Amino acid sequence: MMLLEQGAGVVRILDAFWRGSVGTSSALISGTLVRAVPLTVVGVGIAIAFRAGVFNIGGEGQLLAGAIAATLTGLNMDAGPALTVLAALVMAAIAGAAWAGVAALLRARFGVLEVISTIMLNFIAANLVSYLVRGPMQEPTHIYPQTELIAPVARLPRLLPQTRLHAGALIAVIIAIAAWWVMTRTAAGFRLRAAGASASAARTAGRIDVSRVAAMALLTSGAFAGLAGGIEVAGVTFGLYENLSPGYGFSAIAVAILGRLHPLAILGSAFVFAALETGALGMQRDAGVPSVVASAIEAMAILLVVGAGAWSRWMPRRSVGARVSADGAA
Amino acid sequence: MIEASAFLEAAVRTATPLLLAAAGETVCERAGVINIGLEGCIIAGAFAAFVAGPAGTAAGYAAAVGAGLAFGLMLALFVVALRRDQIITGTALTMLALGTTGTLFRARADAVLVHATEGPLTVPLLSRIPIVGTAFFGQPAITYVAVVMVPIVALWLYRTHAGLSLRAVGEAPEAARAAGIHVPLVVTGAIAFGSAMGGLAGGALVLAQAGTFAEGMSAGRGFLAIAIVALGRWRPWGVLLASVVFGAAMAFQFAVQALGWNLRYELVLMIPYVLTLIALSLFRRGDAPAMLGRTEG
Repeated sequence: MMLLEQGAGVVRILDAFWRGSVGTSSALISGTLVRAVPLTVVGVGIAIAFRAGVFNIGGEGQLLAGAIAATLTGLNMDAGPALTVLAALVMAAIAGAAWAGVAALLRARFGVLEVISTIMLNFIAANLVSYLVRGPMQEPTHIYPQTELIAPVARLPRLLPQTRLHAGALIAVIIAIAAWWVMTRTAAGFRLRAAGASASAARTAGRIDVSRVAAMALLTSGAFAGLAGGIEVAGVTFGLYENLSPGYGFSAIAVAILGRLHPLAILGSAFVFAALETGALGMQRDAGVPSVVASAIEAMAILLVVGAGAWSRWMPRRSVGARVSADGAA
Repeated sequence: MIEASAFLEAAVRTATPLLLAAAGETVCERAGVINIGLEGCIIAGAFAAFVAGPAGTAAGYAAAVGAGLAFGLMLALFVVALRRDQIITGTALTMLALGTTGTLFRARADAVLVHATEGPLTVPLLSRIPIVGTAFFGQPAITYVAVVMVPIVALWLYRTHAGLSLRAVGEAPEAARAAGIHVPLVVTGAIAFGSAMGGLAGGALVLAQAGTFAEGMSAGRGFLAIAIVALGRWRPWGVLLASVVFGAAMAFQFAVQALGWNLRYELVLMIPYVLTLIALSLFRRGDAPAMLGRTEG
């Protein structure tokens, strides 16, 4: 009897997961696909940084910086439909790059580990958003901790009527393909991979300025995360508020690793994790299973991939200390 | 003067979990392992203390140490046995701990349970010294444990054969191996100690400070502890000083409220993180163990 009841419970949970993620067309298109967009864009950026041997754990903060910039642009600019949204996205990418740029500068100038600085910048960005939506950027009635909604000209168009799927999905696909092309087919991509695979070999045999490549990779990574924040504001939230990102910056690390740091594979892994997260929300809604279980599952996925050993083939085994002091010496 | 006394008291109280975690992380990093999973050890320790707390303070702390240790052993499995990347593994373990504790906490029916926090262990006479009395001599027992750990770790690192072995492993593992040191064992021991101390720090958060658990209540303390170790130049006494500085920075928010300053709360909350970036920039990292972050065994 107990077993039967438990069995029924499991079925109910799985059913809630299925209907919440890909089981219905609205869950698939308005839920999972929409959520896969920021995961793809941030994930590709993370992959670029990791490929260069730079540990950008700050996707979350860079995404928030981009969201702030896009909201500011969307609230204050009106240059017609196409141009306004384009400006908002460009500003978001610049803001994300600037936020990562703080870590890049601290690393290049003072040898501060980017692992620590990008994490600190996550906390600073989250508190900055809290301050802005309760202070200078709060909506005029001063009741809700959020900004006004951005003007319709600053919003991304819908791809399918009656759904939440927006043009950001196209941007995500284009970015993944472009990143794949640059990484595998261009000299810049080669330098990136060479610097990550072996800094000393890249420096002596390839005459590659490793610290410059690392800095550029971190800035690009930040630009992508910022862009993802801009796309989120222009396509989904239309405004700034706390918890705008349910941890996309961290999930994107799992996305990048499950996608083996390969931009095209990341399209697939972003979809998988988006389905996992929307499914978890469905389980919370319909079966009372806390949705934070998704981040535990993501973490286990990272550990499985890393543990299975695929990882070490494309990741450098260099010491953090040796790497930074070598950068300083270069 | 009551404000100054209260501020100092809050600074030392806030510094306690940071110091516990950072003292452990010092040993871990001296063996060449940077434990990004420390944040996970802290939240796991906090949750374990919350669950075991009703059975008594000692049981709470024991559970906290056990939970931290469990995550540390997972890190050791990946880093030492499988030779995987420290930073990726540590990040995943932190995510795992935050996700698992959040899930279990929300699934508990008695989620709002509040424990009585550990009372102060007042040192007679000394605690009556004006201003600094309660700050240094009227704290919960765990604070004294944290402070006593500093000379113990310092003596152990610099004055014992085992400490010398550990530092050798963190600087030149090949030479250490040649000298007959069992490198994997030493690294595993260092990770175990560091993660157990992280768990203890989480226990202190629940049992001596908050009296309850909240999702994500570690609030970056694991990462701050890693920054504190770098700031303290990988030396126990330096780490003690850096912990107190950070405790003061975090306690500043209480002072702002008490003094009624017109400063936005959210901006005050940023201070420790901004301070970390500034402090790490000011002190160049010349003293880092050579093998730090490197997976070798």
